[in-house]
Amino acid sequence: MTTGEAAAPGSGRLKRFLADQLRNIAPVFTLLALAVFFSIASPSFLTVDNAFNIMSQVSITGIIAVGLTFVILTAEIDLSVAAVANAVGITMAYFTLQPDYVNIANIPLPGIIAIVLTLLTALAFGLITAFGVTWIGIPSFIMTLAIMQIANGVSALLVRGQIAYSYPEFITMLGSGTIFGIRWTIVVCLLFLLVAHLVLTYTRFGRYVYMVGGNREAAEYSGVNVKLIIAAVMVICAMCSGIAGMLGVAYFGSAQQNQFDTFLLDAIAAVVVGGTSLFGGRGGIGNTIIGLLVLGVLNNGLDHIQIDSFLKILIRGLILLAALVINVYAQVLREKQASTD
Amino acid sequence: MAEDVIESGGGGHPPPLELVGVSKSFGGVAALRDVSFTLESGEIHGLVGENGAGKSTLMKIIAGVHTEFDGIMKIDGREVRLASARDALHNSIGMVHQELSVVPDLSVAENVFLGSQPVTAAGTIDWRRMNREAKKLIASLGLDIDPTTRMGSLPVGLQQLVELSRVLFSGARIIILDEPTSALSPPEVARLFGVLRKLRAEGHSLIFISHFLDDVIDISDRITVFRNGRKVATERVADLDKHKVIGYMIGRHSAELHMGEATELKSDDKKPIVLDVENASDGSVLESFSLSLRAGEITGVYGFMGCGQIELARMLFGKLPVWKGALKLDGRPVRFPSTAAARRAGIAYLPENRRMMLFRSEPVYKNVSIAILDRINRFWLKPDKERAITDAHIKDLQIRPPLNSALLGSLSGGNQQKVALAKWLTHLPKVLILSEPTRGMDVGAKEDVIRILKSLRDRGVAILVLSTEPETILTLADRVTVMKKGKVAREFAGRHLEKSDLLAAA
Repeated sequence: MTTGEAAAPGSGRLKRFLADQLRNIAPVFTLLALAVFFSIASPSFLTVDNAFNIMSQVSITGIIAVGLTFVILTAEIDLSVAAVANAVGITMAYFTLQPDYVNIANIPLPGIIAIVLTLLTALAFGLITAFGVTWIGIPSFIMTLAIMQIANGVSALLVRGQIAYSYPEFITMLGSGTIFGIRWTIVVCLLFLLVAHLVLTYTRFGRYVYMVGGNREAAEYSGVNVKLIIAAVMVICAMCSGIAGMLGVAYFGSAQQNQFDTFLLDAIAAVVVGGTSLFGGRGGIGNTIIGLLVLGVLNNGLDHIQIDSFLKILIRGLILLAALVINVYAQVLREKQASTD
Repeated sequence: MAEDVIESGGGGHPPPLELVGVSKSFGGVAALRDVSFTLESGEIHGLVGENGAGKSTLMKIIAGVHTEFDGIMKIDGREVRLASARDALHNSIGMVHQELSVVPDLSVAENVFLGSQPVTAAGTIDWRRMNREAKKLIASLGLDIDPTTRMGSLPVGLQQLVELSRVLFSGARIIILDEPTSALSPPEVARLFGVLRKLRAEGHSLIFISHFLDDVIDISDRITVFRNGRKVATERVADLDKHKVIGYMIGRHSAELHMGEATELKSDDKKPIVLDVENASDGSVLESFSLSLRAGEITGVYGFMGCGQIELARMLFGKLPVWKGALKLDGRPVRFPSTAAARRAGIAYLPENRRMMLFRSEPVYKNVSIAILDRINRFWLKPDKERAITDAHIKDLQIRPPLNSALLGSLSGGNQQKVALAKWLTHLPKVLILSEPTRGMDVGAKEDVIRILKSLRDRGVAILVLSTEPETILTLADRVTVMKKGKVAREFAGRHLEKSDLLAAA
C-alpha cells in the first residue's frame, strides 16, 4: 500500500486519515475476517500446505493482475487479459512439437525460438491495443473488448478445437515444476510483484503512472507525454498476460480454447478488491497482493467447507460488488475531504 | 405571438421596462449600487462597462435569474417581482446568451419549437405544421433557411438568429442580447444588425450588451455605461463617440491613475527573438496570427474572451496542432507533437485555471518535480533531491505553509498558483506562457507573482502573458499585441499606453 505521508493521526485528523486510508484498510480486514472464518469453519484450512496451495492457485492470476494494476492506476482498463493469455499460451504450443495423437497442423521449432516468437506475439497484442487507445483514441474499455475477440479468434484458429500438450522444456519447468518444494509459478509471481512494486514506487516511470492516473490533464500540462505512458502500461499488461498464459498452459498441462475464461474476472477483482482506485492514481502492488489473497482464500476456503459449487459463483460476485462499493465510496470520501480543506 | 393587449392608460405610454434604485450585493460585496434604468419602446439600448462593472448582474436581474435585490422593477408601468427565468419569459422578457443554447443535432424547426412542439390530435409531433410555422417565423426575420436543416450544420451567425426567433416565438417583446457579435464575421454582424433594426421597427425593445464598442455605437439608440456597479451615464448615441464612452468606462476624468491604468512600454527591438509565430492558424479560431517573443521581454496579448488567446497558448505548448503557418524557436522551425516535446524544447505554460496543472491530492513536492523528473534522473526517483528543490522554491516564492509534504489541495489559491509557477523555475525555460496569471488572487499574492515574473524577465526569459484584463497587461507587459477574433488587431511598442488604447483597439 502506497503513499503513507501526511496525516499524522491527531485529534481531528484521525477521521481524515481513515477516510484517506479506507481503500487500504478495508481489504486487510476483509482478508483477516475471511481467514478467521474459514479457519473456524474447516479444520483443514489453516495448514502450511494449504497456505502454499492458495498461493499456487492465485499465482497465474497474480501475474495477470500485476499488468492490470499498471493499467487501472492510469484509470484505463484491459478486458483482453484472459483472452491474450489464452492466445499466447496456445501460440507457444503451436510452435512446439506435439505428441503424435495431437491432431494440429502446427510448426514445431526449437524451444528458445518458440519462446521468443511467443513473447513477440504478446508484444504485438500490446502494441495493437496501445495504438488503438492512444493513437486512434478508442476508449480502452471498447478497444480491449475488440482485442479480446481477436485473441479468442487467434486461439480458435490455431488449435481448431483440439488440445495441445507439449511446451518448451524451460516453460514446462516453470509452469509445473518446483524448487525446494515450492512451485515455480509462486516464485515467478512473487518476482513479478516485486519488480512491479519497485518500478511503481521508485522509478520515474512509476511516478508518471500515478500522476497520469491522478489527473491526466495536469500531467499533460506539466509536459508529461501522457499517450506514451498509457501506451506503455497497455504493453506491460499484455506482456504480463502473455507470460501468465505461457506458464498457465504448462500449469494446467494442456492448451485449449477458453481455458482462461475465469481469469479476466479474477484478475480485475484482485486489483479492485485490493483497493486500487478505479479512477486511477491511488493504490498499487501492495493492494493487489491483498486482493489476490482475499480471492485465493475465498476460492480455496469455499472448497474446504464444501459449499454448493454453483453458489460459489454467486458469492464471488457479491464479494466483488462489495469491493466496488468500498472502492467508489473511498473515492467519494476522499473528494469530500479534499473539498472541505 | 403572445396576446398583444395594449395596456396604455390615457396619458403617455409607460416604458416597457423600468428599474428604479436597484442594488444587489453578493456576500457583502456590492455588485450594483442604486441603479436606475429605463428601456423605451422601440429602442435598442447599448450596455457597456468593463468586466465586473455590473452589466451582467443587471441583465440577470432583468432576465429573472437573480430574484433577490433591492429596488423596484416595472414592466409596462406595473411593478413586478420575477420568480424565475421562466417567469421573465411570461412577462415577455427573452434573452439570447453568448453561449447559444441550441441543440446541434436537432433540426432548425425543432430548435425553434424546443419544448413546445405543435402536436396532432393523436398526440404525436405535427412535423408539417412545425416546419411550416418555423419557416414563416424565420422568413419574418428576412432569412431563408430550410427548417429541416440540422442546426449544427449552420454557421454560428445563423444559429444565433434561429435562437433569436425562438425567443420571439415565445412571445418576448423585450430581448436581451449578450455579446451577440463576439463570434460573428463582419458580414454576419451586418445581417444581425439588419434583423435587429427590423425588430425595433416592429416595436420590440432590445438591450444590447457588448465589449465591442464600435458595434454598440453602430446599432444603439442610447447607451448606458457602468463602472464599479454604478450607472455612470445614459446618453443618446448622437452625443457620444468611442473615446467618450471609454472615458466613462474607466473614469479618466477622475484625476489619479491607478496602478495598471497606464504604462510606458519598454520594448527593445534589439533583443533577440526567441519564439516566432508566423501566420499560424489552429483550424478554428486563430487566423494567420503572427507574434514574436523576445528574450528578456514580457509580451502581453490582450483580447476579449473567445478571441483565440487560449487556442494560441495551447498551440505554442503542443496541446493543439498548428494547422497552418509555422513556429520558429531560435530561428529554427519547430513542431511540437506533444506537450512533452514543447517542454523539452524549453516552452513552459501556466493555463488560466490552476486545477488544470496541479494534483490536488498529491504533496507539494510531487507537484513541483513532475515537470523536471527527467532532469533529476532518468530512471530511479530521487525524492530527497525533489524535496530539496521544492524547499528552495518554497523559500524563494514564500509559499505558505512552508512544507514540501503538505497536500496541494490544502494550500490557498495564491499559494497554489506559486506552486504551479515553481514547476517551471528549476531550469529556466526559454519561453514562459501564462494565461491570466493573476486572476482571482488577493493583492499580496498578485504582487508576488508580478515580482517573480519581472525577475524572470530580467534573467532573460521570453514571457508571454495572455489576459482579458487590461490591468494585467498594463502592469506586466513591455510590448503588447491586441487580439480580435483570432487575428492581430493592433501592436503597441515603445510608447505610452493607456487602458483606453487597449479598449479602443479590441
